[in-house]
Amino acid sequence: MLEIENLSVETNGKRILHNLNLTIAPGETHVLFGPNASGKTTLLMTIMGFPQYKVKQGRILFKGKDITHLSIDKRARLGIGIAFQRPPSIRGVKVRDVARSSLGHRKNGKVVETIATKLNIRDLLDRDINLGFSGGELKLSELFQLTMQEPDLILLDEPDSGVDLENIKLVGKTIGALLQTSAGLIITHTGHILNYVNAQKGHILLDGKLHSQLEPRRLLDTIEECGYAKCAECAKCKD
Amino acid sequence: MTKKDLAKKAITKLSSYGEDINLELYSTDMEERAYTSDPSTLPPEEKQCMLDVGVAPDNMSRKSATFIQVDHSIVHSSTNQEGLELLSTTQALKKYSWLDDYWWYAVNVDADKFTAYTELYKNNGYFIRALPGVKVKHPVQACLYLAHDNLAQKIHNLIIAEEGSELHIITGCTTSHMISSGLHIGVTEVYVKRNAKVTYTMIHNWSPQTIVRPRTGIIVEEDGVFMSNYICMKPVKSLQTYPKARCIGENATTRFNNILVAPPGSILDVGSHIRLEARGCRTESISHAITTGGTIIARGYISGSAPDVKGHLECQGLILSERGIIHAIPELEGKIAGVDLSHEAAVGKIAEEQLQYLMARGLTRAQATAAIVRGFLNVDIEGLPPQLDAQIKKAIESSEKGLL
Repeated sequence: MLEIENLSVETNGKRILHNLNLTIAPGETHVLFGPNASGKTTLLMTIMGFPQYKVKQGRILFKGKDITHLSIDKRARLGIGIAFQRPPSIRGVKVRDVARSSLGHRKNGKVVETIATKLNIRDLLDRDINLGFSGGELKLSELFQLTMQEPDLILLDEPDSGVDLENIKLVGKTIGALLQTSAGLIITHTGHILNYVNAQKGHILLDGKLHSQLEPRRLLDTIEECGYAKCAECAKCKD
Repeated sequence: MTKKDLAKKAITKLSSYGEDINLELYSTDMEERAYTSDPSTLPPEEKQCMLDVGVAPDNMSRKSATFIQVDHSIVHSSTNQEGLELLSTTQALKKYSWLDDYWWYAVNVDADKFTAYTELYKNNGYFIRALPGVKVKHPVQACLYLAHDNLAQKIHNLIIAEEGSELHIITGCTTSHMISSGLHIGVTEVYVKRNAKVTYTMIHNWSPQTIVRPRTGIIVEEDGVFMSNYICMKPVKSLQTYPKARCIGENATTRFNNILVAPPGSILDVGSHIRLEARGCRTESISHAITTGGTIIARGYISGSAPDVKGHLECQGLILSERGIIHAIPELEGKIAGVDLSHEAAVGKIAEEQLQYLMARGLTRAQATAAIVRGFLNVDIEGLPPQLDAQIKKAIESSEKGLL
């Protein structure tokens, strides 16, 4: 589904990722751990194609196609979807309108209501997108839009942060449902989301490179015990 | 000195804002147009222009009154609600001698050459009055139409909402597609009495060479509410308007929403000037301005001279082309402790972050731009009857099409 080869990325003139390699097979869910500012978000944004993240070397293949220099919208239409951690608010642009336009020809408008109701955000449909939304509402609105988009690969940046105990269940279940039909790459610090998704592989991103590749929960336990750096070095984790 | 004398003295007085206009370049004489009791019989071309500014000559049942003036002539004037008066101001001045107290009170007759010219050579205008306690159900629709080339149309309107009444007015000002140049001067005086409410929606749709100089004054008494929505999205050579509102009674409220688009060659100088003169008065003035190559000057002035008043000015400006100017000029004047006045302005291009966000949902850059511009203009206006709200949205939508 996704193949990243020798990827080096710069943003604001600073090298963030170095010769990074990653392969995600169809249906697989991978989890990304790492300290703050290690480049996790950079990796997600680069896969999605945000131009402020400049690919200096290497390439990204999606469904066998080289997408390294494709625009964001073309990648979205090929089947990559992202849930933003801090989505911008846009005055006058309604949640419903964005959901509708990302639908394309695949679904009818009724589905908008049905899925919004399921996610308990029907009230948000006619509000300006992300404007004055609570932490939980932001997450659910992002997942709602991803659901409408039906991507084949979803990129999630800390979907479990800033969500209260009640909403985390809904967020987790929704992501779980999305991952039934899609591959995924998830950034998490706390690992709460692991209670809801069946993730096969975990990685530590440190110094711009991926380390280890282990069952995510085991990896999280080890990080908690030894810290990121030690865990990344640990030979027994390497495959 | 009489008002006529004051006008004669001010006939060459330059306006404080906007470029000077040589009034002699425009003709003033125009043959009378015939009155019709059924405006649906007007020529289709004229009716379409009226529809584009929110006035429906074919459908008067969902309007409480309809007024249509073409050039200098009243072509239609009717009302179907009790307690609502609609006349031409020429007739109204003859009928009510007490109108003299309202005539040139909210607007000074010698403010500039345009007010003076209107006093000396006036061609009608509408008089709308809601009697005390009357809540006018449907909107009043009024159309001021310029049909002939190079004509100067000088109109004086008067609106009175008596105590406890409620009035919604939509005024559409437009020109025939046939004319190339013209001058429209519209003096409008609005009196909102104690506990009355007026919403005043105006849609302008001029031909690209028209000069427009509205002169508006509003006086709001205790617990009165005045809300103005002004929409001008089509090319106009030069438009300058700076309505002056005075909140003179306790808890009087005014609100101004301006939606402005300046295509190349258009100059729009639009503001709202508000004085909060009694305890607890409130005002808010919000402009959404887009230039696709023209110039927009968004002015705003609020003064607070009584305790516990609150006022806010806001200008959101989008520059959608390489050329194009948006100049926000907010002014606040607090004259006493305990006032709360603020302003906020942002002028620039569409935020890249917003575009990228929508592109990540699969919208192309062009689709994302269109969605953001549409949202920018899609201002939710509180307190309007749904029918009027829908009409405004329709007018905005039809103008958007030519925008991108």
